[in-house]
Amino acid sequence: MNTKLFLYTLHLADNALILAQRNAEWTGHGPVLEQDIAITNISLDLLGQARNFYQYAASLYNGFSDEEKEVVDRYVPRLWKEYNRELQEDDLAFLRDEHQYLNLLITELPKGDWAQSVLRQYFFSAFQVELYQQVQQSELVQLSAIAEKAIKEVQYHLRWSGEWVIRLGDGTEESHSRMVNALGELWMYTGEMFEAAPYELVDVASLKEQWLAKVEKVLREASLEHSKQTWMQNGGKRGRHTEHLGYLLAEMQYLQRAYPNATW
Amino acid sequence: MVDEKEIWTILEEVKDPEVPVLSVIDLGIVRSVNTLGDAIDITITPTYSGCPAMDVISMDIRLKLIEKGYRNVRIQQQLSPAWTTDWMSEEGKKKLKAFGIAPPNPKQQFCKAEMFQQEAVQCPRCDSWHTELISQFGSTACKSMYRCLDCKEAFDHFKCH
Repeated sequence: MNTKLFLYTLHLADNALILAQRNAEWTGHGPVLEQDIAITNISLDLLGQARNFYQYAASLYNGFSDEEKEVVDRYVPRLWKEYNRELQEDDLAFLRDEHQYLNLLITELPKGDWAQSVLRQYFFSAFQVELYQQVQQSELVQLSAIAEKAIKEVQYHLRWSGEWVIRLGDGTEESHSRMVNALGELWMYTGEMFEAAPYELVDVASLKEQWLAKVEKVLREASLEHSKQTWMQNGGKRGRHTEHLGYLLAEMQYLQRAYPNATW
Repeated sequence: MVDEKEIWTILEEVKDPEVPVLSVIDLGIVRSVNTLGDAIDITITPTYSGCPAMDVISMDIRLKLIEKGYRNVRIQQQLSPAWTTDWMSEEGKKKLKAFGIAPPNPKQQFCKAEMFQQEAVQCPRCDSWHTELISQFGSTACKSMYRCLDCKEAFDHFKCH
């Protein structure tokens, strides 16, 4: 149970961190100043959530017995093992290799154009609201506290991204065609959210119906229709990623790899 | 022996680094102060998960207490129950308004906005309710941006949370 909880916490942390990093790529590049600030704020909220999860994961690991440490050994950063100190949040964020990350594939996809970024945020926030409600109601005390804090932030993300999906989908010819394209790119990555991984402690499959109802309502309002194709990509939750994650990590981890234990 | 009341009074001097008119007491983030002998245990709750001010606030509390001669201080963060703008003091809301930031509306009044709905926010300068939302996100995690349609000033709104 403890080792499952550790992996599940890592999964929640990785989702938040990787999407925070992707959204942060818009900093200074947003379509208008206010929206640049908005997506950067969302990025900051996600980063804060990731920190809370990583701190908890690190504290779980540091309290593990040798047997438990052995079970999760392949998820622990190799470089850290040479440091001879307790595991810390930054080790988990910055020193793991690609296959040790357990985030959903949808969070690591390139930011694409504004349509792709806001649609991805919408799909993810709609999922996160449902997920965090479940986590909050669970008996997982610390995860519940983190979710209780985070859910208020996620409600703002959901509202903001939903408005953008409608505004662009139901906007000009060009904005509509970009949303159609974004939907074509992203839809096949939505299924993974509801396919349970062995370590998952919340029944994610049960969230699908509500998620779909909510999403379809917004898509209708946005004059968009998702593909009827039911085949879905997966693998992220098990550490099998798209080629995009490696590039993201190379940039994000550069400093800690080049200057181990650097602080400022 | 440390007097708890004295500690609460000192905490009124510790300001939010991003909204310097508000003390940590005005913000409502200090959950408890416990003392045992000369040891002081302070529990604070973060406003937003990623609020960069929280680390600074912890340090400022520590420094202020050291300045007043209290060295044995432990500061803990507590996530649950989650902070809400309803915990901000009335005094704090007045200070915010005087500073030019529209204070948060009571939570039950608005907080769960449907898409494209706008919260009625009063202009902190001319008191007009004739205002419009510019952006749900502002210069810090806790603020949104509004514009007054009467006096034409743009202003920050401490959003309901």
